[in-house]
Amino acid sequence: MSSAGLTKTACQVYFGKEHEAVRSAVRDFVKKEIKPFVDDWEEAGEFPRELYKKMGELGFNAIGYPEDYGGTPGDVFMQTVAAEELCRGGSMGVVASLGTLHIAVPPIVNHGNDEQKMRFLKPVLAGDRIAALGITEPSGGSDVANLKTTAIRDGDHYIVNGSKTFITSATRADQITCAVRTGGEGAHGISFLVIETDTPGFSITQKLKKTGWLASDTAELFFDNCRVPVENLIGEENMGFYYIMENFQSERLQLCIMANMTSQMCLEESIKYAKEREAFGKSLSGFQVTRHKLAEMATLTEASREFTYRVAARMGAGENQVKEVSMAKNFACSVSDKVTFDATQIFGGYGFMRGYLVERLYRDNRILSIGGGTTEVMKEIISKLIL
Amino acid sequence: MAKDLYFTKEHEQVRRAVRDFIKKDINPYVDEWEEKGIAPLHDIFKKMGELGFLGIRYDPKYGGLGLDYWYELVFLEELGNIECGGIPMAIGVQTNMATPAIAQFGSDYLKETYLAPAIAGDMVGSIAVTEPDAGSDVAALKTFAKRDGDDYVINGSKTFITNGTQADFLTLLARTSDKPGYHCFGLFVVPTHLPGFVVSKKLDKLGMRSSDTAELFFDNLRVPAENLIGEEGEGFIYQMQQFQHERFFTLPSTYVTMRKTIEMTIAYLKERIVFGKPLIAKQVLRHRLVQWLTELEGLKQLTYHIVRMKEAGQEATREISMGKLLAGQLASKISDGCLQMYGGSGFMNEMPISRIFRDSRLTAIGGGANEVMCEVIAKMEGM
Repeated sequence: MSSAGLTKTACQVYFGKEHEAVRSAVRDFVKKEIKPFVDDWEEAGEFPRELYKKMGELGFNAIGYPEDYGGTPGDVFMQTVAAEELCRGGSMGVVASLGTLHIAVPPIVNHGNDEQKMRFLKPVLAGDRIAALGITEPSGGSDVANLKTTAIRDGDHYIVNGSKTFITSATRADQITCAVRTGGEGAHGISFLVIETDTPGFSITQKLKKTGWLASDTAELFFDNCRVPVENLIGEENMGFYYIMENFQSERLQLCIMANMTSQMCLEESIKYAKEREAFGKSLSGFQVTRHKLAEMATLTEASREFTYRVAARMGAGENQVKEVSMAKNFACSVSDKVTFDATQIFGGYGFMRGYLVERLYRDNRILSIGGGTTEVMKEIISKLIL
Repeated sequence: MAKDLYFTKEHEQVRRAVRDFIKKDINPYVDEWEEKGIAPLHDIFKKMGELGFLGIRYDPKYGGLGLDYWYELVFLEELGNIECGGIPMAIGVQTNMATPAIAQFGSDYLKETYLAPAIAGDMVGSIAVTEPDAGSDVAALKTFAKRDGDDYVINGSKTFITNGTQADFLTLLARTSDKPGYHCFGLFVVPTHLPGFVVSKKLDKLGMRSSDTAELFFDNLRVPAENLIGEEGEGFIYQMQQFQHERFFTLPSTYVTMRKTIEMTIAYLKERIVFGKPLIAKQVLRHRLVQWLTELEGLKQLTYHIVRMKEAGQEATREISMGKLLAGQLASKISDGCLQMYGGSGFMNEMPISRIFRDSRLTAIGGGANEVMCEVIAKMEGM
């Protein structure tokens, strides 16, 4: 198949020849630079830093970013094909950590000045610097508006105190796009600061040990009287909450893609195994319950993919899709929850063994309905918009 | 109270003894064993053997306590207090998966030589049925035990064998003839010190990580004919009966562990403040928890009904299969659903819920997958 699973004619609605060329190029890169090493990286809990540079040199992480800063032209579907193919490496941890720039730098793109883009965007797109996003705190994940990390103005600097947790790429990031409190309580007192990790007073914990995303380095950050230049403020002071909410929309779309690819890969593995594995004198696919299970898995995966693509198209056209992307994330994750469960069940005891792709995807999948906005928070957003 | 309908002071004494043992000799070491991927079963079983925990139902002639199924239930319920799934499973193999057939169908020789030491905790046992190419389809297994003089010579391999790297003996199911049908199997007690026994691999798993799981290989392993349990040819029939004890084991394990998981989650929800209020204030979460508690109560009462049936000498295969099916469904659903309530911290290894999530996935697969339970029940319901 030339793409994630669609027929050629359906593809052309979203994916043209150029998209397929990028898909092909990323697929080859993944086959050569990621797939053969993924088991080792999962075991080691990290992948080589050089992978960022390799991505940078080929421009795969720069698709859709401004060309003035090293970006390559591309619409949302160009970004989608690259993301989908990276998922085929088989480790969502690699995808998440390799892709933290896509949640960390968009606020700089959308609201930063030229000087900030030269310092904090260009080298990241080139793969020379690693960027991470810092919003979640130990005392609050879902409740962003009540974040506690403070940034108090002192002459030409902000003095930052506080902590962040569950930060992907934390142990190697050169810069953190950090949500801080510069004003009063609540949403209206929040700003976005870029904090460089060599700032005195900045420290990280040991890597956090997780159920999945094992190849991704996740850690807690501490800011102890860090002096951050006011030049590092993105956009306007106390407008940060709106930038954060805006940023979440593309993060949620990316999570849809990860969930859908998780489902697609589990479906493919399950179909293959169900054809090969025999029990009670026939292949597993010879059992009606299993066939129907696969049919349901395929139906839900297809429906979720189409819905995600539709939302992506409308986001790409500049439409407000807050409600729809929340729905798409919830739906995609409910599908991947079911498909990863069903896939491990089809594999039987082997579904419980490390070394099988479905086992890894089962673990990696678990965070998707939690990170970037839990299913429950998405439902609150949706209900507010429909009531 | 409801429990007084079933349990007396004597039952509570056993309950307390098991609970105290777990608190002192098991739980403080669980993290270490999970990290290592193995627990010292000889030490653990010796301690348990001395306390009488490994032969609650078995004949006092062989060191058992000769107590009834209610006492066994109390013991199995208390195993749910262990802070992982791997250790209860290892213990369950010893008490409910590798020994029941020896006790029920084995000769006095086999009971003296293997059952008594298993009950005393001097020997570690494993149940060896599953093969790389045959899990659900037990009758398709290929390991062959060929009669040769006073011995059987065994060739083949087994996989997913719990306690497999430490076992002193296996209760092993093998073919004894190539004839079709279900009467050409032998159930053997195979000592692992014999030449030809190989642990070919220690398996790395999603969960149950404190339990060592092995792939085993038998290369012309010669075992004396006395080690055949019961009659040659009838091994499959014996194993299907032994499975009922294995499957029953998962029932109290599930409703106790899942109930504790929910209680732990409720305690967390009462403390965790989100949007200015404790999470327990969210109606959606309360109603989910109630739904799961209701379903667990159903499983628990089914289990108690099964024990009453067994005590009355009634065939309970249908009910046990239903219980196993329910347990498999509830273990995954509840552990997954509770993890969601922890948010990002639920994904972190330092939170107990993450281990419960990983361990629970096995219930719907091992000891008879959900799909197989459905087939068994369908047949028994005359479909």
